[in-house]
Amino acid sequence: MSRWNSRDCLGLRGVSREEIELVLETARGMKEIQTRTVKKVPTLRGKVVINLFYEPSTRTATSFELAATRLSADVIQIQTGTSSVVKGESVVDTAQTLRVMGADGCVIRHSVSGAPHHLARHIDIPVINAGDGTNEHPTQALLDMFTMKQHHGRIEGLTVVIVGDILHSRVARSNMWGLLTLGAKVRFVGPPTLVPPEVEKLGVEVRHKLDGSFEDADVINLLRVQKERMTANFFPSLAEYSRYYGMNEERLKRTKPGSIVMHPGPMNRGVEITTEVAESPQSVILEQVTNGIAVRMALLYLLIGAERDPQPVKKDAAPAIDTPSLF
Amino acid sequence: MNASSPRRILSADDIQRTLQRMAHQIWERSANSDLALVGVRSRGVTLAERLRPLIEGMACKNVPVGVLDIGLYRDDIGLGSPAPPVRSTEIDFDVSGKDIVLIDDVLFTGRTVRAALNALIDLGRPARVQLLVLIDRGHRELPIQADYVGETVKTYADESIVVHLREDDQADGVFIVNERSQAS
Amino acid sequence: MKTLIKHARILEPAAMEDRAADLLIEDGRIADIGLVLSDGEAEIVEAEGLWLFPGLVDIHSHLREPGFEKKETIASGSRAAAAGGITSVVCMANTSPPIDSPTAIEFVLDRAEKTACVRVYPVGALTKGMEGKEMAPIGAMIDAGAVAISDDGRGVMDSYLMLRAMQYAAVFNAPIISHCEEMNLTEGAPINEGRMSTTLGVMGWPREAETIQAGRDMILSLKTGARLHIAHVSAAETVDLIRYYKAKGAPVTAETAPHYLTLTDDATDGFNANAKMNPPLRTAEDQEALFEGLRDGTIDCIATDHAPHTEAEKDQQLAAAPYGIVGFETLLPLLLGPIMERAGFEPLEALALCTYKSARALKLAGGELRVGGPADLVLWDPQAEHVVDSTQFLSKSRNTPYNGWKLKGRVKATYVGGDKVFG
Repeated sequence: MSRWNSRDCLGLRGVSREEIELVLETARGMKEIQTRTVKKVPTLRGKVVINLFYEPSTRTATSFELAATRLSADVIQIQTGTSSVVKGESVVDTAQTLRVMGADGCVIRHSVSGAPHHLARHIDIPVINAGDGTNEHPTQALLDMFTMKQHHGRIEGLTVVIVGDILHSRVARSNMWGLLTLGAKVRFVGPPTLVPPEVEKLGVEVRHKLDGSFEDADVINLLRVQKERMTANFFPSLAEYSRYYGMNEERLKRTKPGSIVMHPGPMNRGVEITTEVAESPQSVILEQVTNGIAVRMALLYLLIGAERDPQPVKKDAAPAIDTPSLF
Repeated sequence: MNASSPRRILSADDIQRTLQRMAHQIWERSANSDLALVGVRSRGVTLAERLRPLIEGMACKNVPVGVLDIGLYRDDIGLGSPAPPVRSTEIDFDVSGKDIVLIDDVLFTGRTVRAALNALIDLGRPARVQLLVLIDRGHRELPIQADYVGETVKTYADESIVVHLREDDQADGVFIVNERSQAS
Repeated sequence: MKTLIKHARILEPAAMEDRAADLLIEDGRIADIGLVLSDGEAEIVEAEGLWLFPGLVDIHSHLREPGFEKKETIASGSRAAAAGGITSVVCMANTSPPIDSPTAIEFVLDRAEKTACVRVYPVGALTKGMEGKEMAPIGAMIDAGAVAISDDGRGVMDSYLMLRAMQYAAVFNAPIISHCEEMNLTEGAPINEGRMSTTLGVMGWPREAETIQAGRDMILSLKTGARLHIAHVSAAETVDLIRYYKAKGAPVTAETAPHYLTLTDDATDGFNANAKMNPPLRTAEDQEALFEGLRDGTIDCIATDHAPHTEAEKDQQLAAAPYGIVGFETLLPLLLGPIMERAGFEPLEALALCTYKSARALKLAGGELRVGGPADLVLWDPQAEHVVDSTQFLSKSRNTPYNGWKLKGRVKATYVGGDKVFG
């Protein structure tokens, strides 16, 4: 039986194919709950999940909150709006506070790469990375893969093109690790200033022009452009960015039939994506949001619903002749 | 067959006869109601799918079958490692007002049924819920009884009942396994 | 007071001598070296199976006093140095306040006199407050005892200022030590730019940040004739530039550090702040170039860049943790172990890099083992195996990436001016 091997979910780097598939499979079960009138199951009743957001976020924080409450966990939202480097001591202090408050799991969003890893070293409950600096955003990548699988029935062999500010994108990085593990072909498209150095060595293809790079794609994932990158001279203007890297109606016509357009949100309409594309039948952007809750429920369930100190499998699960029964 | 081997308690024919009998019983009790079958993953679902044509043949009407995954309702989450697998519940009819027969392969502690009832009730308000099991092996830990029982089997706590159905396990058969001798 | 060390394998890199002999210490000096010595009054040290060589001269360290006494003091740093077989340390000026005046130089020398067990040589800051704006009183600091001038810890961003400083320092024959860092390229970058920075999703520190300033400073050195010492060379291209400018006749020397020779940026994986340093750990290709530079003399010597930080400071997110590792107590086992092996050096060649060659780079005394000279000596057990355990360090700080490394060889005793300061 496959299982999530680590105590935490700090990123998708090093996570096995079996583990990713387990999350996606579990998320399928979770998605059904969202179609019910009573969108709640008692699974994590009595558990406390702390959402620790050191960086402003509405979408991800809300998604995690919904995910936890639908599993009947109690959720404490801690939003500290500081966007600059938060000193390590404060994370350690927070970790100790959470421990004595009896938290069963912690979701952390932080503007510094590696902050969840640092927290995880100081706490003995599962830590879920909800986005750290420019490193990883594993739940976004999992929901992206869930959405891809929903539309294409598979991940292996898909050509996934990720467009935009790869350098600063934790979404791109988590997608890269996960998709490569599942056997997809990953292509990054962006100006040379926004592509991380030596990323080809990690197994992705890099192109610098969008035209000619998306027509064969099964999935086109458009990243949000941060306006401050323009002032930092990564590219001259949003208009120029949009012209060379934006997905518009004209380019949409050239996409492969059956391909889907994704965006992690929030969108800059008219920059990386036009309204026409965002609202086209190929766009799965709203489904991504729905799937996000299911994927986060799955992870919370797999991490917090698991006994942390491995014990022998419970007797109640009968050993079988050849095939194990479930309960 | 030595002592450590699994002992067969129901053959393929036995299973078929038992299902026939239970289909009759269901039909007798539910002829005029809005009947639906709900199987507990995974073998409860297989049993429900086998009962469906038997009942439909007598009733001359469609009997819907739903799939219930009780993973999220288990009472041992956080006690076992890892978290038990979760798959989707697939019930594409409204359970409210339905006369539901909940179906599982083995009734043991009663905890699965407790979880299944909770899961079912979260989906709506059935008019009635009855319980059907292929095997009742005793050792209840909750006050739960089945309305339809294929076979009652006396077991020791350290024995296991293993149900094989051809859809999932090549051939039909119900076996009793002694864990201690299995382990040795 | 006399000490007679008997039956040691005596290694004297400056003379390329490697022989079994006895050595007599008298009044803090080496009184005699001979095949068989005897002295009725001397305390006898039996050194069968041990090596005896000059105390190491570490020309790059941070002793943190004044201002950062929680990290290290001149006293604790000197004890750590002694434990590592280092008898002379050059300490950098980035204290708080910085060592940017003759008074500050005198303070360090006074503290060293009173609390240190090894010889301490301070470096004076190149600019006032190490702010990179106004030239510090270079002449007065040299006269007060500074052995070199440097803003080490920060790159000098103003080329005009660097030019003037070199022209001026040349008058006092004061070497300028260049910490090569074009800081516009390194902002917010905890580790080397490359596969690992991309893997961890952190900003990368490009090698060009080093080569650009190394190139500039050597160009200015060639123009002004000012003595220039390039600190902690980490990148292959810097080695190429040094080779080129040395051939051109620029009065340039250079050092690298043990960590650049034994670790790559792979050590930062898992956001390991103990492998975060300035300049950052590079790649295997850079290591190869550094070894080539050591073999052909392009790089003159090895220095530790001993940079202590408290556990709390290092126990932060990678981006927030300060740069640097402690180096005194791992220098010798690394030098006579993995570094010597990979360079293909004899013990004499390896020891030269941290003794007379490092001393000569800054024109310091020491690093030699000769009759009449100061008895700054190390007794070394080449066979003793040990596992690096930073909790055993005499340094106040524990920030090392070498914890758990199995290394061969240990310092048995260290003598400074004939006094046993360790062992």
